[in-house]
Amino acid sequence: MEKLKEAIKKTRKRLIEMHYDSGVGHIGGNLSALHIMMVLFHTVLEAQDTFILSKGHAAGALYATLWSIGRLKDEALLQFHRDDTKLSGHPAPDFLPEIPFSTGSLGHGLSLAAGIALGKTLQKQPGRVFCLLSDGELQEGSTWEALIFLAHRLLAPLTVFIDHNELQGFGTTKEVSGLQLTAEKFRDFGLAAEEIDGHDVYAIASACKRSSSGTKIYLAHTCKGYGISFMENQMEWHYLSMTEEQYMQALKELESL
Amino acid sequence: MRNILCQTLVDHASGPKLVFLTGDLGFRALEPLRDALGERFINAGIAEQNMVSVAAGLARTGLRPWVYSIAPFVYARPYEQIRNDICMHRLPVILVGNGGGYAYGSMGGTHHALEDYGALLCLQNMRVYVPAFAADVPIIIDQLMRLPGPGYLRLGRCELPRDMELPEYAAWRRLLRGKGPTMVAAGPLAGAILSVTATLPLEQQPDLWVVTELPLSAESIPEGLLSSLRSSQRLIVVEEHVSSGGIGQMLSYCLALMGRMPPVFTHRCALGYVSARYGSQKFHRKECGLDPESILKELCQ
Repeated sequence: MEKLKEAIKKTRKRLIEMHYDSGVGHIGGNLSALHIMMVLFHTVLEAQDTFILSKGHAAGALYATLWSIGRLKDEALLQFHRDDTKLSGHPAPDFLPEIPFSTGSLGHGLSLAAGIALGKTLQKQPGRVFCLLSDGELQEGSTWEALIFLAHRLLAPLTVFIDHNELQGFGTTKEVSGLQLTAEKFRDFGLAAEEIDGHDVYAIASACKRSSSGTKIYLAHTCKGYGISFMENQMEWHYLSMTEEQYMQALKELESL
Repeated sequence: MRNILCQTLVDHASGPKLVFLTGDLGFRALEPLRDALGERFINAGIAEQNMVSVAAGLARTGLRPWVYSIAPFVYARPYEQIRNDICMHRLPVILVGNGGGYAYGSMGGTHHALEDYGALLCLQNMRVYVPAFAADVPIIIDQLMRLPGPGYLRLGRCELPRDMELPEYAAWRRLLRGKGPTMVAAGPLAGAILSVTATLPLEQQPDLWVVTELPLSAESIPEGLLSSLRSSQRLIVVEEHVSSGGIGQMLSYCLALMGRMPPVFTHRCALGYVSARYGSQKFHRKECGLDPESILKELCQ
């Protein structure tokens, strides 16, 4: 795990560089989601497993994670958000096997993951399915359609993480929807659910170990802009790109960690 | 056509890749398929967005899912899921819409499918099949079983007159060789047109074609149709679909590109709800001039 923590530090720096170089936003929700993807790709996922990034706006964190395991080269990351690229701001179709679906419009990923889990069950294929949602996605009706479907069916193991950073595009999740997310809410649907710290690599790894068959929901408490003082819990970092000064400060803070 | 769909899919049920999802529809129709497919028959409930994305996930694992509902609930409600999850990835998911056009009649406008294939053909990789006659359905299903990407099957109620023999199935078929205008029809309307035009004098009888596979392209238009247009100089397209994105627009666009557009073109199509009153399929067809009598009147003018 110490090695993983070092890798996360390095990858977070790369993620910040990528976003600065490309002059794009969405960094806040990438930083809140990074730990979950890093634990999955470094310590959990096997060849027959599938990961669906339902919150497609965290594509940068996914690319950086794939870079950290050697699946993407430095030169590839330079193409992030550029012309003539496969590394678009939200994952593109037909790019890598690790990205089975193009995502970006919220509320699709959980149903896609359910379909893959069902396909594995019907064909007795090995492997587990993992899905990462944003908390804002819980405002999409289709996400609840998927939860009803999953609660009703015992499928191949499906582990769902909800990146609960409590901030969305134009307000906090509480201000915008009033929806209070708790593990209890998912248990009421008949699903196994727990709350974890989404930046605690031990908690994430342990959550992945515990899931056997069926669906397990982990409401992961996270911090938008995690690790960068001026971004943490600031809604504007859903959109803003960094100035040179902010970028230098971000790097400085990461190095002092 | 729905019963034939069911029977044909039952015949394919032993294929291990076939999975059938329904949005809680199929009472007194799909029970044999449910029994034949067992756990591969999934009532996904009244949640069409989830159903379509689940189908995309199933296809990603190598299965061939079919997704069934009343037509508008299978193409309009989950349109983004069809676009992003199926079409963008060219996955072999087959959508089956029961009740094309005004087929659900007095059930009301929410149950009609007036813009289904137009809307779906805007999406990448989508192929559409509009069987005109019951006998087309098994042949089309065989094709859909081998389709490498997404497909939409629009079902209706067969209106082929009794004792009428059909030419062998093809994407384009010539049903009558009259000397009147060149007429292109789609779906069960072709049978309704046949029932009133087959006995017309040859001079008034249309040179009647039916087209079943969409989208149209210049290459797909048969030479026989082009030669018919050359001599008739008049094209009538009849379809139970709105003008936008319909066969009339597709065909005239192709003909214009080819420089083969005849000087006279009539498009008989769904016009929505002309009187803002509702009724049977027959009622709505009449309001739109899609009824056999209106068509006959045009031919006899």
